[in-house]
Amino acid sequence: MVDTAAADTPTAGPTLLQASRPAGSGAGRVTRQAIVVVYLSALVVIPVALVFWNAFKDGLAPVIAALTDPVVVHALQLTLMAALWSVVFNAIFGVATAVLLVRYEFPGKRVLNAFIDLPLSVSPVVVGLSLVIVYNIHDGILGKPLAAAGIHVLFSTPGIVLATTFISMPLVVREVVPVLQEQGTEQEQAASSLGAGGWTTFWRITMPGIRWGVIYGVVLCFARSIGEFGAVKVVSGNITGKTQTATLAVEQLYQNFNQTQAFTIAAVLAGAAIVIISVVATLRVRVERRES
Amino acid sequence: MTVVQLDAKDAAPPGGRVLRTNLTKGAGIGLGVVVLWFSVLVLLPLAAVVAVAVNGGWDGFVTTLTNPQTASAIKLTVLTSLAVAVLNVLVGTLIAWVLVRERFPGSRVLEVVIDVPFALPTIVAGLVLLALYGPQSPIGVNVANTRAAVFLAFAFVTLPFVVRSVQPVLEQLDREAEQAAHSLGASPGTTFRRIVLPALIPAIAAGGALSFARGVSEYGSLVLLSGNLAMRTEVTSVRMLTYVENGNLASASVVATVLLGVALFVLVAIDLLQRWLVRRG
Repeated sequence: MVDTAAADTPTAGPTLLQASRPAGSGAGRVTRQAIVVVYLSALVVIPVALVFWNAFKDGLAPVIAALTDPVVVHALQLTLMAALWSVVFNAIFGVATAVLLVRYEFPGKRVLNAFIDLPLSVSPVVVGLSLVIVYNIHDGILGKPLAAAGIHVLFSTPGIVLATTFISMPLVVREVVPVLQEQGTEQEQAASSLGAGGWTTFWRITMPGIRWGVIYGVVLCFARSIGEFGAVKVVSGNITGKTQTATLAVEQLYQNFNQTQAFTIAAVLAGAAIVIISVVATLRVRVERRES
Repeated sequence: MTVVQLDAKDAAPPGGRVLRTNLTKGAGIGLGVVVLWFSVLVLLPLAAVVAVAVNGGWDGFVTTLTNPQTASAIKLTVLTSLAVAVLNVLVGTLIAWVLVRERFPGSRVLEVVIDVPFALPTIVAGLVLLALYGPQSPIGVNVANTRAAVFLAFAFVTLPFVVRSVQPVLEQLDREAEQAAHSLGASPGTTFRRIVLPALIPAIAAGGALSFARGVSEYGSLVLLSGNLAMRTEVTSVRMLTYVENGNLASASVVATVLLGVALFVLVAIDLLQRWLVRRG
C-alpha cells in the first residue's frame, strides 16, 4: 500500500500523453469530464459512500455489536474459508490451464479456450441449479454415490466451496494467459537446452515471469469468491449459523428489517472489495512502471 | 513442461492420424488432469442441466417458455439488458476516452471506481443502490420495486465492461493518423468519427456483448432492489430460482438452458470477432 501515494502523482505515461496535443476543444473536454464524474458519482461513488455512512452513523458500538454476533462471525468465517479453498484450487488449475493453452497445441484447444470463460458469463443461479442436479442425493450422477460414501455436498460446506470455485474459475487463467504470451519461450528453451528438467524450468523460469499475473488473478478470484451469492444460495440451503455465508446473511438481515446490521456487513464486504481492487491497481502501476 | 521441438515427435499418438500437438508426456498428463477437473466441476453439471431440459422434450420447452410469468421475466431481462448495453456503449466509450485522453486531477481515483462494481458482492451492490435510490433515499428518489430498479442494477454491475475493453485499445492507438487528420483541417468530431471510432468498434462491440450477457444472467443485485414482483420486475434468474425452490427442476433447467445458450452465443460471437480481426491484421 506504500505505493498508493506514489501512484497518485502523475507518472511518465499520462504526462507524456497530456504533453501531446489534447483532443477536442476546451469546453467539450470539460463537458465530457463533467458527464463522466457525475455519472460515476451517481451510480457508484455516492451509493457506496452512503452504505458506509449508514453503517457508521451511530458510532462504533452498533458496528462492533453487529460484527461480534455469533451468527455473523460464523457467516464471515464460512465465507473466508470457502474463498480460500476457491483461491487454492483456481490458482493451481488456473496456472496449469494457462500454460497448456499458451505453450501447447492439442486438439480441442479452441473449445477449451472458449469454454473457460463460461463460468463468468453464466447466471449464478444456473451454476447452483447445475450443482443441485449433479450432486443431489436422490438421483444425482455424483451425489448418489457420494452420499453412499457418507459425503454430502449440497446444504453443506463442500457444496459452498464447489459453487464458489466454479464461479471464479476463469479469473486466474485470464490474467495469466496474456502474461505468458508476452513472456515468450526463449528463456524456457535456453533453460531446457542447458539441461533443466521441465519442472525446474517451470519453477525457475516460467513462474517468476508470470508471478504478477498470478497475483492479480488470485486477488480477483478472492474478491469474487467472497462476494458470491446466487450460486451459494441455491446449493447451501442458507441455514443460519451453519451454511449461511456473509452475503446470504446480508440478505436475511435486510429482509428481517435488521438494517443496521445488514448495512454493517455490507460495509465490511464493500470495504474488503475496495481494498482488494486498490491493491490490484497498485500492483498494476508497479508492474507497468517496471516494464517501461 | 517445456516445449522441446524434438519431444513433439515422441508425443505423437501411435494411431495413424497425425494430430497437431506438441504435448510432452508431463504436459499430456497435466492436460488430462485439467480437462478432468474442468469437466467434473463445470462441463458435467452444465451438461446435466441441458440433459434435464432436453429430457422434457419439445413440449417441456414450449410449456415453460410460454408460461406468461416466465415469458414476461425473459422479455424484461433481455430488453433491459439490451438497453443497458446501449447505455454502456455510449457512456463506457466516453469514460474510456476521458480516462485515456482527457485525464484530470483525480481521474486515477475514477480508475478504481470503475472496478468497484466488479469487486463488490452483488447483494451488496443491491444494498448500495437501495441506500441512495430506495425507500430511505436522502434525495427522495425511490425506484425500489420498479422496472427502473432493474435498469439501475444492470447499469451498476455492467459498468466496467465497455470501459475496460475500450481503454487498452485507445491507449495503444497510434496518434499520428489523428494528428494528420487534424493538420489537414478535420474538426475534432470528424477526426474522432473517421479515425478513432473505426479502430474502437471491435472493442466497443465486445464490451457491449459482455455487458448484455452479464445483464441477462444477473441475480444478486436485484434480490433486495427490484422486489421480484411477478410480471413486473421479476427477472429470468429470479424466476428460475423460484422453479428450483418449488422442486420443478425440469422447468428451471429449460430456463437455464436458454440462459446458457445466450452466454455461449455471446462468447462464440466475441471469439469469432477476434479471430476475424486477427486475420484482417
